[in-house]
Amino acid sequence: MSITVAVFYLLAAVTVGSALGVAFANSIVYSAFALMGTLLGVAAMFVLLGADFLGVVQLLVYVGGILVLTLFAVMLTHRISDVNVSNRAVGRLPGFVLVAVVFGWMVHVAGSARWVMKAPGAPAPTTYGIGEALLTQYALPFEVASIVLLAALIGAVVVSRKEVKG
Amino acid sequence: MYFQFANVIVFFLLAFVLCGLMMGLGMLLRPANPSPGKLTTYECGEPPSGPAWINFNIRFYLIALVFVIFDVELAFVYPVVTVFRDWIARGQGVLALAEIATFVGILAVGLVYIWAKGDLEWLKRLPVEAPEVSASRRAA
Repeated sequence: MSITVAVFYLLAAVTVGSALGVAFANSIVYSAFALMGTLLGVAAMFVLLGADFLGVVQLLVYVGGILVLTLFAVMLTHRISDVNVSNRAVGRLPGFVLVAVVFGWMVHVAGSARWVMKAPGAPAPTTYGIGEALLTQYALPFEVASIVLLAALIGAVVVSRKEVKG
Repeated sequence: MYFQFANVIVFFLLAFVLCGLMMGLGMLLRPANPSPGKLTTYECGEPPSGPAWINFNIRFYLIALVFVIFDVELAFVYPVVTVFRDWIARGQGVLALAEIATFVGILAVGLVYIWAKGDLEWLKRLPVEAPEVSASRRAA
């Protein structure tokens, strides 16, 4: 069990370290690349918790899709390299105060929440169960999800097409 | 189940360790006397022209956007595919097929929409009257 803990701390270090990279990188391109470490770390964390399908989906959708989209969006910004694209309207001190308050609040919430404790069973593949649930119990949400995706697809294309013309 | 994923982590670690080892050893062994010619970016022997960070065509963004949507669709369809054989064995294959066909069919409407609107064409035709103008604009 101690190797699981060691792997957890390794993954946590990768996730938090690259998240710090996202926050503190001076170039927005480096921020976008550091985001890959964060998303990979979260995917590995899902797998460590026994949610193998969720981990692979995180890899497929976030690392393979959203991150590519983010990189393209970054590359579309004007004058990427010579402008310090960072919010200088608010100084560092108010930023630190805000982050400290939010962090303290989240620690308080995490400490006072009533977590459902469950004895960890043997990790088993979850994909089969998800497939069964999608076809039986969650058939309607499954079909509604396709309509949501359709709306997202058409909406995103319409919005970005307007940007092309304008 | 952990064994397969542990393989992935081992591969990642090996990649980092090997890269670090090779670059670290190289840094220790090689003499360091850089010159401007050595420090230029290698572009197949040609002198590099322009910066590497350029503004991409917005087409890339649109294609990536559509890709993300169908990526999510794949994530939904995949678990159903894993149970499909058992549903056929139970004689309910048509029901499962109908559910999947509805899901994919609704999203296919979106694909048809962007296809018909010409968003998937790499060089989108601009609404211009003379074809010569259109050809010159496409070249530009």
